Amino acid sequence: MAKLVFTQQLRRFTEVPEIETAAADLRAALEDAYRVNPRLRGYIQDEQGHLRQHVAVFIDGLRIHDRIQLNDLISANSTVHVLQALSGG
Amino acid sequence: MQHQALVSTRKGLFELTRENNVWSIGHAHFLGDPVTMTLFDHRDGSQYAALNLGHFGVKLHRRDAGSDQWTEIAVPIYPPQPEDRKDEPAWKLNLIWSLACGGADQPGVLWAGTLPGGLFRSTNRGDNWELVQSLWDVPERKQWAGGGYDTPGIHSICIDPRDSKQMLIGVSSGGVWISSDGGESWTLRAKGMRADYMPPEHAEDGEIQDPHRIVQCAGTPDVFWCQHHNGIWRTANGGIYWDRIKPQKPDISDFGFAVAVHPRDPDCAWFVPANADQQRIPTDGALTVTRTHDGGKSFEVLRSGLPQQHCYDLIYRHGLAVADDGKTLLMASTTGSLWTSANGGDDWQQVSANLPPIYALQFV
Repeated sequence: MAKLVFTQQLRRFTEVPEIETAAADLRAALEDAYRVNPRLRGYIQDEQGHLRQHVAVFIDGLRIHDRIQLNDLISANSTVHVLQALSGG
Repeated sequence: MQHQALVSTRKGLFELTRENNVWSIGHAHFLGDPVTMTLFDHRDGSQYAALNLGHFGVKLHRRDAGSDQWTEIAVPIYPPQPEDRKDEPAWKLNLIWSLACGGADQPGVLWAGTLPGGLFRSTNRGDNWELVQSLWDVPERKQWAGGGYDTPGIHSICIDPRDSKQMLIGVSSGGVWISSDGGESWTLRAKGMRADYMPPEHAEDGEIQDPHRIVQCAGTPDVFWCQHHNGIWRTANGGIYWDRIKPQKPDISDFGFAVAVHPRDPDCAWFVPANADQQRIPTDGALTVTRTHDGGKSFEVLRSGLPQQHCYDLIYRHGLAVADDGKTLLMASTTGSLWTSANGGDDWQQVSANLPPIYALQFV
C-alpha cells in the first residue's frame, strides 16, 4: 500500500488523515483521503480540480509537474508527500 | 451608538472596542492568517470572516451571536470552466472582496463579491453559495479587466433598504451594475463616468469604468457616491446618471480608493485622497481626509490629529467607515495605521501604527 502524508501545517485548519492507499495514481489517492475528510479537498484542489497553485506534491521524493490531470502513477511502495510550496509565502 | 468594530488585516482579525470614547484593540482571531473581509449581520448578530490562505485557498468562517467559536462554512465555488472559455481568467475563487447582508425581509440571505468577478448568493447564512449566473453571463463581461488585481473583482454591493430586490454593485474594472429583481437581470449604469486610462474612443464606455468604491446613503437610497480611478462621482437618481464632482480647490486631489457617506445626509461624504494615480501616497507626505457637506460643491480638508510629515499611508477601498451616528469614523491604512474620529473627521486619534496591513473595517 502506498502512503499519503500531508503537511502538518494543515492541522491548523482541518483534520489531517494518515492514508494508506491502493490507488494507482495521484488523483485516486487524494480521493481516498477526501473520503476520510471531505473538507480536505478544498485545501488541496481548487474548484476546477487542479492542484492549488501553492501546494507541492512529491511522489517518492520527486516533485510532480502536472497540476491539472493529477495522473502521476504511484506504486504499492510509494510515499506521497503533500506539502505547502514556499511560493505561497 | 456602535462601540465595536472588526478590523480585517493581512495577519488576522482584530476586535476594536470603544470605552469612554476611546477605541482600543481587543481580541484577535485567525492570528497570522490573511483576513480579507468581515461582515456583521445586524439581522441576527452573526459575524463572517473571509480568509485567503496563501497555500490552501479562500475560506469562510461564521460566528453566531454570543458565541466564541468560529465555524468554517462553505465558500463560493465557480462552475467548471468550459473548453471554449479557456481564454478567460481561470474560473477559480481568488478572493472574497466584499460581503453584504440581504434585506431585513430576507433572513439568511448573503451576497459575496469575488475575484475573478463572480457575484454569489447564499440563502442559508453561507452554508451554500450559488453563482449569480445572470451577471456572469452579461456579454460586457468580456471587457472587464483587473483593477488593482490581475482579474476583475466586485468590491461594492449595495442593497436598497426600501426594496431588497433593488441592488447595485461596483466592479473594478467593469463598471456599475443595477438589478431591480434581486439579481435575476442586470443593467449597466455607469453613464457620466469617464476613464482616462482608456483610448479616447472608449473613455465613456460603461463596462470598462473603474469605480474604486461605491457607497449608498441609507436614508436617501437613490444617492450613491463613488470614488473612481479618475475622480469622484455622485448620482442622485440610482445611477441613471453619474455627476462628476470636482474639488474646487486645485490642491485637493480627487484620486483615491475609499469613500464613506453619512447614513442620513446624502450631501455629506468623506474621501481620503492620494496624490495621484502615478503616486499613491498622501500629497506632500501629509495625510488628509476631505469632507463635503453640500453634495460636492465644496470640500473641507481635515488634518487635525493625522500625521503631516513623512506619512506614506494609503487608505484602500474598505479602509474607511462611518458609524450609524454619522459622526464616528474609522480609517485604516495598508501599512497598518488605524485612526478614529468622534466628530465627523474634525479631529482624529491614532489607535495604532503597528497593525498588519489593513484590508477592511466593519462596525458591529
